[in-house]
Amino acid sequence: MSGVTHKLSATRLNRLFLAGELSAVEIAEAFLNRIQAVDPQVRAFLTISADTAMERARKLDARRRGGDTEIGSLAGVPIAVKDNISTDGTRTTCGSKILGEYVPPYDATVVERLRASGAIIIGKTNMDEFAMGSSGENSAFFPTRNPWDLERIPGGSSSGSAVAVAAEEVPLSLGSDTGGSIRQPAALTGIVGMKPTYGYVSRYGLVAFASSLDQIGPFGRDVEDVARLFEVIAGSDRRDATNAGRTPPAIKLTGEPSLKGARLGVPKEYFAEGIDSEVKARIEEAIVQLRDLGAEVEECSLPHTEYALSAYYLIAPAEASANLARFDGVRYGYRTPDYNGLLEMYGKTRAEGFGPEVKRRIMIGTYALSSGYYDAYYKKAQQIRTLVMRDFEQVFEQFDALITPTSPVPAWKLGEKTDDPLAMYLADVCTIPVNLAGLPGLSVPCGLANGLPVGLQLIGKHFDDARLLQYAWAYQRATKHHEARPSLGTEGGR
Amino acid sequence: MALTRNQVEHVAKLARLSLTDQEKVAFTEQLSRILEHVESLNRLETADVPPTYHAVALQNVLREDKPHTSLDRAKVLSQAPEAEEGCFKVPKITEG
Repeated sequence: MSGVTHKLSATRLNRLFLAGELSAVEIAEAFLNRIQAVDPQVRAFLTISADTAMERARKLDARRRGGDTEIGSLAGVPIAVKDNISTDGTRTTCGSKILGEYVPPYDATVVERLRASGAIIIGKTNMDEFAMGSSGENSAFFPTRNPWDLERIPGGSSSGSAVAVAAEEVPLSLGSDTGGSIRQPAALTGIVGMKPTYGYVSRYGLVAFASSLDQIGPFGRDVEDVARLFEVIAGSDRRDATNAGRTPPAIKLTGEPSLKGARLGVPKEYFAEGIDSEVKARIEEAIVQLRDLGAEVEECSLPHTEYALSAYYLIAPAEASANLARFDGVRYGYRTPDYNGLLEMYGKTRAEGFGPEVKRRIMIGTYALSSGYYDAYYKKAQQIRTLVMRDFEQVFEQFDALITPTSPVPAWKLGEKTDDPLAMYLADVCTIPVNLAGLPGLSVPCGLANGLPVGLQLIGKHFDDARLLQYAWAYQRATKHHEARPSLGTEGGR
Repeated sequence: MALTRNQVEHVAKLARLSLTDQEKVAFTEQLSRILEHVESLNRLETADVPPTYHAVALQNVLREDKPHTSLDRAKVLSQAPEAEEGCFKVPKITEG
């Protein structure tokens, strides 16, 4: 078993562990070895917690040997956590110099839930600084690389979490999604990624970027694993005032895959100018496969789609400029060594601590919220948000879910878009409207475009996350696109 | 809408960011382009559209007013750039 342990799913690892066929120590060792073998190439991790992971594995083994077989649905399963999710005692940098040495004094709610379910946290993953970016290149430390082609970006901002799963360094990981930061890297690395309905998963302990848009969600190599992790992290939490206080229904992914009776809408605006022809072809093939499974698939329209991106790039920076005001060199993080007075301490600490994209967004957000421009920019954007939401409400009277490409293009080359912030923002055009409306969205592999993964996005109604998982599962069972893996790390390299 | 260098300097001051000359030049150009792009929103008439600040409607989420343990002071202060006698230490903020 040892040679293939890192290829096993979370569901299978959990079963083997609870049955006593594979110890947690064996599992943790297998994945730490895999990380040692391939991470120097892909660089998914900022922190690898080998010692605490092994200690945790030994404790889990002792518990199981003591007769405890109800440790949890993630017992014995290694997991990676995006570095903007607080881990008590483990450095949490947000991919930023300003938090480069920051060690949180508490666990995020999702991390508590992981620990309670028996998961083994194996490390913290690289990301675009403060989750601002679509390529991973905005990390203050180093860029993460796409295991399908090391010259290409893996998507972002949850770059390391996506790559850790795609490169089989862990079976599962957590990311966060403010405008597509889970779904887009999942699509570009050929795995499953899900942004739950806003409010389903507690944000307590997630370092805030744009509070009305942020949501934590799971990555995995198949829908079963993603559903399993979603069930662990979703649920009520009084420490997050925007938590909906809901527990998701049990998700049944068994039997024959069928989509009989499912009504699926295809919003035509998502196939506009700029979509790669190969990506379009894969989505069209997916539509045929979904029909073969019994779904009714019809074109529909979300007329305000073209305005969503502009509204987002006012709303998200506005919220970010307020949220990031807390990084002032007083309570935690970096402080400039050399200053004269308080204002200079603030200004220099922030100028030295934040990278260019974070500064750019703080500037846009501050401007949009400033006196004299608030109505023209911030309020206007929130009104557009209403129109985007109404579009969705209208089509959901007729459809159970929507299908679109997750990203209009496959993974691009490192450095290709770094000089053009606007071109980088356009990469999120298919995922952003979902955040504005607080809806659940999921990306599932739907084939390759010139050897690079393409993702199919499913969008659902509020709190209809279980249905999305069921549809994605049926599609995955029928197509097996999720089984395609990059050739990385076979005997030490490409 | 094109931003002026003065506006960029004013916004940077509001945001407490000490920008270099080079950054001021770059941001004047980049922010102008981004704002130009979002000008497209003005093509839509929204006078009668209420703003949405939150996609999932929640109102006055309350909990019981019960005391509970807070974070350990020493552990929290261990993360501060400077601390003294159980407090965060900041530069002097009053004149004279």
